[in-house]
Amino acid sequence: MIGVTGFSVVLIIAIIIIMLVVIIIGGKNQLTWAFLTSFPEEGMTKGGIFPALFGTALMVIIMSAAAVPFGAITALYLTEYARESSWIAKTVQFAVRTLSMVPSIIFGLFGLGFFIKFVGGGMDKAFFGGQLTWAQPNILWASLTMALLTLPVVIVSVEESIKTVPRELREASLALGATKWQTIRKVVLPGSRSGILTGTILAVSRGAGEVAPILFTGAAYYLATLPRGLSDQFMSLGYHIYIMSTQSVNVDQTLPIQFATTLVLLLLTFTLNLVAVLIRSRLRRAH
Amino acid sequence: MKETKIKTRDLSLYYGTKIALNSISMDIPEKQVTALIGPSGCGKSTYLRTLNRMNDLIPGVKITGEVLVDNFNIYDKNVDSVNLRKKVGMVFQKSNPFAKSIFENVAYGPRINGINDKKKLTEIVERSLQRAAIWEEVKDRIHDSALGLSGGQQQRLCIARTLAVDPEIILMDEPASALDPISTSKIEELIYALKENYTIIIVTHNMQQAARVSDNTAFFYIGELIEFGKTKKIFTVPEKKQTEDYITGRFG
Repeated sequence: MIGVTGFSVVLIIAIIIIMLVVIIIGGKNQLTWAFLTSFPEEGMTKGGIFPALFGTALMVIIMSAAAVPFGAITALYLTEYARESSWIAKTVQFAVRTLSMVPSIIFGLFGLGFFIKFVGGGMDKAFFGGQLTWAQPNILWASLTMALLTLPVVIVSVEESIKTVPRELREASLALGATKWQTIRKVVLPGSRSGILTGTILAVSRGAGEVAPILFTGAAYYLATLPRGLSDQFMSLGYHIYIMSTQSVNVDQTLPIQFATTLVLLLLTFTLNLVAVLIRSRLRRAH
Repeated sequence: MKETKIKTRDLSLYYGTKIALNSISMDIPEKQVTALIGPSGCGKSTYLRTLNRMNDLIPGVKITGEVLVDNFNIYDKNVDSVNLRKKVGMVFQKSNPFAKSIFENVAYGPRINGINDKKKLTEIVERSLQRAAIWEEVKDRIHDSALGLSGGQQQRLCIARTLAVDPEIILMDEPASALDPISTSKIEELIYALKENYTIIIVTHNMQQAARVSDNTAFFYIGELIEFGKTKKIFTVPEKKQTEDYITGRFG
């Protein structure tokens, strides 16, 4: 048995190391400051990834602006207001769990059907005389679709950290004549700040790497300019890797760019996850 | 005899179907210390928490009977438990300061009541800390974290925090049970000083403490009030055999 488990462990570590080594070797020469700050050139066979980096950053910011408040409020409802045994709490819990198991491509399709066709189409009909404005892929719909995908991550993190706020502190606040809402605002939320932060970081890390949800909802193959508004499309790191390796004019020639872009994406998500882990362990120690 | 501050009439409390307090009737006099004693699980803490409706927070709790504070039933439908708790403060077994500065801990209650004037707050904080006999120890580090204080200091800070809301009644749930003897005696001295202005009800496991600090003692046993009277009398010539057995240490 030790042989089998030992082999599995070695195999997993080996896979990770091989993956990292290959990516680092393949991408390290390409990864320069200029690569990060310049536009693609010559049919994307040369140049940098700045628009993809910028697009990913902008997308996760809009995504967080939607997912974090909404997720935190849901978590507050579940922990502070709903009775655990009530049907509504159970339904929400079930929905959150289910949401986290839905394949990401389904979110993409949902975003296309709901945000672009239904909401966007409705907006065009109501405000733009049927002229195509919002009923097409853009960074807003992509970010909102991604927000749905990362919502469970935020909800679970915030829920966990709210639960670590000791009952004694809530009672102390209530006993001083604070209302429930005052207690939440002045004791519970400050006490779960690091959980909200961890949830946000994990959501950002997840959202930065996902491709499927933005495939139909806003990611572009190539753009000569950065997005200037919410109704513009954007480039993203994950999608950039995908198109470079499948639809590029010369796949072999773009190989170094593919490796370097992958390396950037990996470093980004690794760093974000590391920060989240550090905050979480500090939180655990504090209680 | 002083005037009655709190009257309970046939007060019963159920956790689901389990009865935790069985028809408690008792009159608690104003500006005195009343000790609630009895073995663990006898209902003394539960009774204490009915007086500021802290049990409301626990799902499945049902309460019958009346609790009258200044002749006003606090379980009446129109009573706002938030306002009640401003009048009936509480100090807990485990000191529970917020992760804020000493100043902000004491200012918490006044701020909630809408006092934001810096000068007014400073005044209230200083006065409350003085009344809780901790001012001299903390006056030079009032903006440091309250979590840096010793256990005994934290508990006196919690008392100061309660006083800052200007309550009339203070409920204390074994306030010194986690403290060393020196800190305990400080808390006891404080209770003695506070009863001049406040009606104090204290739950304690410590017989000597009850005898030392209280004017009246109530002995609870399995959800029933067995005996209630002057502390001197309860500790010298109790009427009930059970009371005598408990205070002489034969059970409990």
